[in-house]
Amino acid sequence: MEQFFQQLLNGLAVGGIYALVALGYTMVYGVLKLINFAHGDLFTIGAYLGLTLLVSCNLSGLLGPAAAVLAVFVMVGLLVAILGCLLERTAYRPLRKANRLSAVVSALGASIFFQNAVMLIYGARFYVYPDYLRPDFTVSLFGMAVPGVRLMVIAASVLLMLALWAFIQRTRTGAAIRAVAIDQGAARLMGINVNRVISLVFFIGPGLGGAAGLMVGIYYGQIDFTMGWSYGLKAFTAAILGGIGNIPGAMLGGLLLGVIEALAAGYIAIAWKDAIAFLVLILILIIRPTGILGERTADKL
Amino acid sequence: MNLRTLAGILLTLCLALLPLVAGPYWISVCVNVGLYALLGLSLNVILGQAGIFHMGHAAFYAVGAYTTAILNTLYQWPIFAAMPVAGAVAALVAVAVARPIIHLRGDYLLIVTIGIVEIVRIALLNDVGGYTGGSNGIFGIARPNFFGFKIVKTVHFYYLVWGMVAVSILLFYGLWRSRYGRALNYIKEDDVAAEGCGVHVTSYKLSAFVLGAFWAGMAGTLYAAQMTTITPESFNFMESVIIFAVVILSGGSILGVLVSAFLFIGLPELLREFSNARMLIFGLAMMLMMIWRPQGLLPPRPRRYHVADSGSGAGGASAGGAA
Repeated sequence: MEQFFQQLLNGLAVGGIYALVALGYTMVYGVLKLINFAHGDLFTIGAYLGLTLLVSCNLSGLLGPAAAVLAVFVMVGLLVAILGCLLERTAYRPLRKANRLSAVVSALGASIFFQNAVMLIYGARFYVYPDYLRPDFTVSLFGMAVPGVRLMVIAASVLLMLALWAFIQRTRTGAAIRAVAIDQGAARLMGINVNRVISLVFFIGPGLGGAAGLMVGIYYGQIDFTMGWSYGLKAFTAAILGGIGNIPGAMLGGLLLGVIEALAAGYIAIAWKDAIAFLVLILILIIRPTGILGERTADKL
Repeated sequence: MNLRTLAGILLTLCLALLPLVAGPYWISVCVNVGLYALLGLSLNVILGQAGIFHMGHAAFYAVGAYTTAILNTLYQWPIFAAMPVAGAVAALVAVAVARPIIHLRGDYLLIVTIGIVEIVRIALLNDVGGYTGGSNGIFGIARPNFFGFKIVKTVHFYYLVWGMVAVSILLFYGLWRSRYGRALNYIKEDDVAAEGCGVHVTSYKLSAFVLGAFWAGMAGTLYAAQMTTITPESFNFMESVIIFAVVILSGGSILGVLVSAFLFIGLPELLREFSNARMLIFGLAMMLMMIWRPQGLLPPRPRRYHVADSGSGAGGASAGGAA
């Protein structure tokens, strides 16, 4: 039983990270109907930028580990967000009126570009986050010793998700994003600056993705330049699982996928955990073709 | 004779005479281009003609290659005998996986097909049933024997692969021209209207999927025979991405697929001198090419039908289709 709860918490921590990355996919899909395959690599860039700021720029020495991690969290989020906006301007905006799959190929090209840019800048080896950044206390929870870092990752991702949820539901800008997702033409007629909303979505999504990259660095301690592929694919799977375009769906899908993977790794076989995650996705889509929370859209006739 | 036919003839001539002037290195690059042209042509039926978002073609390629390798190394089947079986096994796998998911809409299908590649790759990696050799793959695959002529050299493979491409072009061109091809295009343009006109959308989509998988399986045979060693990493997600991009950049026509296969496989070779930065430039080129030609390099020409003039003047000389 203890193993089950430990795996569950581990799954929730990984799932929280998947969910943060999945939000980027789902928000972009919501407004542009585009799968931003480069999103996973923006996440990688977040992880590397975090390492550079913390170690090479010695922020952790200047501010102390805890404050430095918080400050870098914000800085990485902002930097990756700006990169996301630039990506939209250069690679996707010219293709907005084109065939949807052309934009997908452009996104795949952007992904290859970013991945190799990271490799050229940092080299092909993997990097290790310094140990002292990782909170090493344990919390006793129902008689189990739970690593503090695990709870902090869960807390941070839940906090970010709640903040996003409040922003989308409670603010005027959030309402504009929702309006653009429903109908771009009508939103434009209502006086919403659609281009600005799309830029904003490409700011928030990659920002969350970059922050998630930093979280992976601190949680696992090790990063490499190809991790964007696997995390990106998982997060995209999570977004689809919950119903793409649906923000609570991405959160639910991410957490669910993380838990499924952790349990599959714990109880079946670690070598098969990715295959099992995809298998569950296929099974769920057979039962619910538009994901768990996805709405059945009527076909336009 | 129009420009495109002329380009086609010129390309054929160049390809036939290429081994006379090119060195072994470039011939082997062109063998690779030929394999991707085959894969691109087979995916074009699914993605370009029927408009099914399928990003997992490497899975069927892998099934074909592994079937050939297993039949050849364990049961001593000759390569050419294994070829149709490899295609058939890939087609069977396609039926099994596509039947429950073929009704999924666009992007949902995309991730499921990506999932299939990953599942196949992980299954091969974990040595299912003890046949696939795990991460080492299978080695010692025999060279094919064409009616007593042993195909060993790269030049032989060059003609073998491009001969197969030629056969595929004839077949897929006929398919495009046929009633079946028109039905697939109709489904791509508007599946609801197609259904309304009596096209059984699910069975057409499924058959396109199976046909593409069959051809990819046979391409897998050629790959296994050429490499003599195959590993699961040869069939990863990146492979599927390249095949997918070849078809999208082509615009959906047969000549387009050939040109785009040359661009995608040839370009990284031309960029060798940039060594490490070569994939960086490749990614950049992918973006630029799509921005430059969002509709693809060579979209298929509109269909034309010459209706026999019955004299009444009502029969038009031609009617442009939606292709």
